[in-house]
Amino acid sequence: MILDLVPLMPELLVAAAALALLMLGVFRKADTSREATVLAGLAMGGALAVLVGVEGARQTAFGGMFILDGFAGFSKALILVASAMTVSMSLDYLKRENIARFEYPVLVLFATLGMMMMVSANDFLSLYLGLEMQSLSLYVLAAYHRDSARATEAGLKYFVLGALASGMLLYGASLIYGFAGTTSFDSLAKVLGGSGHPNLGVVAGLVFVMAGLAFKVSAVPFHMWTPDVYEGAPTPVTAFFAVAPKIAALSLLTRVLIGPFGELAHQWQQVVVFISLASMAVGSFAAIGQTNIKRLMAYSSIGHVGFALVGLAAGSDLGVQGVLIYVAIYLFMNVGAFGVILAMRQKGRAVEGIADLAGLAKTNPSMAFVMAVLMFSMAGIPPLAGFWGKFYVFMAAVKADLWTLAIVGMLTSVVSAFYYLRIVKVMYFDDAVEALDHPTNPPIRLVMAVSALVVLLFTFLPGPLLIGAKAAAQSLFAAG
Amino acid sequence: MFSALIFYMFAALAVASGVMVISARNPVHSVLFLILCFFNAAGLFLLLGAEFLAMVLVVVYVGAVAVLFLFVVMMLDINVVELREGFLQYLPTGAVVGIVLLVELMVMFGGWAFAPDVEALIQAPAPAAEQITNTEALGRLLYTTYAYLFQASGLLLLVAMVGTILLTLRRREGVRKQVIARQLERTAAGSVEIRKVPTGGGI
Repeated sequence: MILDLVPLMPELLVAAAALALLMLGVFRKADTSREATVLAGLAMGGALAVLVGVEGARQTAFGGMFILDGFAGFSKALILVASAMTVSMSLDYLKRENIARFEYPVLVLFATLGMMMMVSANDFLSLYLGLEMQSLSLYVLAAYHRDSARATEAGLKYFVLGALASGMLLYGASLIYGFAGTTSFDSLAKVLGGSGHPNLGVVAGLVFVMAGLAFKVSAVPFHMWTPDVYEGAPTPVTAFFAVAPKIAALSLLTRVLIGPFGELAHQWQQVVVFISLASMAVGSFAAIGQTNIKRLMAYSSIGHVGFALVGLAAGSDLGVQGVLIYVAIYLFMNVGAFGVILAMRQKGRAVEGIADLAGLAKTNPSMAFVMAVLMFSMAGIPPLAGFWGKFYVFMAAVKADLWTLAIVGMLTSVVSAFYYLRIVKVMYFDDAVEALDHPTNPPIRLVMAVSALVVLLFTFLPGPLLIGAKAAAQSLFAAG
Repeated sequence: MFSALIFYMFAALAVASGVMVISARNPVHSVLFLILCFFNAAGLFLLLGAEFLAMVLVVVYVGAVAVLFLFVVMMLDINVVELREGFLQYLPTGAVVGIVLLVELMVMFGGWAFAPDVEALIQAPAPAAEQITNTEALGRLLYTTYAYLFQASGLLLLVAMVGTILLTLRRREGVRKQVIARQLERTAAGSVEIRKVPTGGGI
């Protein structure tokens, strides 16, 4: 066996950077959180550049346990962009809250590494290790502010429920191994492809695996942890949670269902349809009563996962393309919105109430405009990017004759428009009790500007994303 | 016949000590029964011919994990009566869920079938058991085919370590540590003061 490390170069770079930053932080007496954050961002950018260099045709490494194809490359690019953007926004906030430590960027790098391993997993063993690497870093990050009771509770809750979900995933994987005698996705696709009527044990295993992964994407009915963890964790951590891990887990779910279990599509389709419907419904109705903007974003992210799963339920390459476009647009909308949330301060103190945004249009028109654009986009109002994200997943659902999903999806997106537009109303038509401070932090302003521009201009320049997502989706189907 | 007898002995003791782990009144007894359970499981591994796993189970689980448990249980003040509060209240629901799950699993395993070529796939990674000890077989697999997973597990443990230190290490003020260099640097001139004490006056 020849060890071909070329497909792993981006991962190796991220791992080496994490280890180097850890050493830097441990051996230098002075506070290195600023240097570590900047270097972590640069390492992610470097990994992205390397990824572009090595990506291409389908390559595998380590006897087929690790795979780099167009799908993995696309997801990894999104993950790296999301992580780099959220880590760059974190420093100022953590410094002001007096919790800046060099371990933060190191853990974000490790989490990113885990996510990259997840989307490149081509075996249940590498899937599990990638997933655990990501989850373990996230548990620690959730409890990062260890002197805050809420953050500690968030971390503990996330850890206990996450461990349960990992257990379910492992049980499912062991049932599948018990039937097929292999954990490799390629061999599983062969074994399950020829078996005709699927074995009951395999279906049960598949359901357990899906339950475990549904927890990681916080799809209903495995969503209970999301609002508490999002609210309790420090805001930069919440921003990170809301984007990169969701993209990674959704990509992983897509690869598992389309790849080894592609032949069992009629078995998993009903499950995906159910969790998608339930997520859209809970995401739109439960968010209405929220007053804390981080809780609101938690329910909003549950809803968005439901919409993305609509594409997966279609099970076609058009559907996978829709999922990828959806998560790419979701990335920019969410990162931008969290930029605004991170910039919400009154007299130097962080605030998180929706009512605190009142009168923002008068005190800080540009920030209010960015937030308004992002909220309109999340509500799916054309011609903003969010509309196109929904358009492609619903198209795929309609083509696959999943009318219920498409119709319920449209109805729930109307319901969700209520609370997105309420934020716009609060910003533009309510009077400020106390004005928010002007954000002075360049990275946050840059992230806000970039995400607003992407959301605004996507309609005029959709080409690169559409072509990239299409190639990525096709690479997933070409292999099987 | 003889190995069947030994199997039933190990299996029955493992189940019995497992039950005792959750039903013992004293948490220290629970941990001791857990150790017994580990030993019996190791015996079962030996019967299967997996001597390496048997040894690892004893060395790692009994030698490290269970002893750590024992320390934790002895150091923490666990109020057993408080822990048991609500046990009866949740028992009916828990029992119903457990029984339903058990029936479902029995139905599933009752209709269990293997994929047609499962034998070949299971044996593919390792050489035949007669040619090689299973310690060597595991070692070969771990450092070649599974090298990626081995390295990834290493990183995973590093993350766990970083996380533990980040969440628990606190720098305390006013802790006096022994610094030998500073002790050796001390001279009589810097640390002893000689005063004349006048009679009846004090200092």
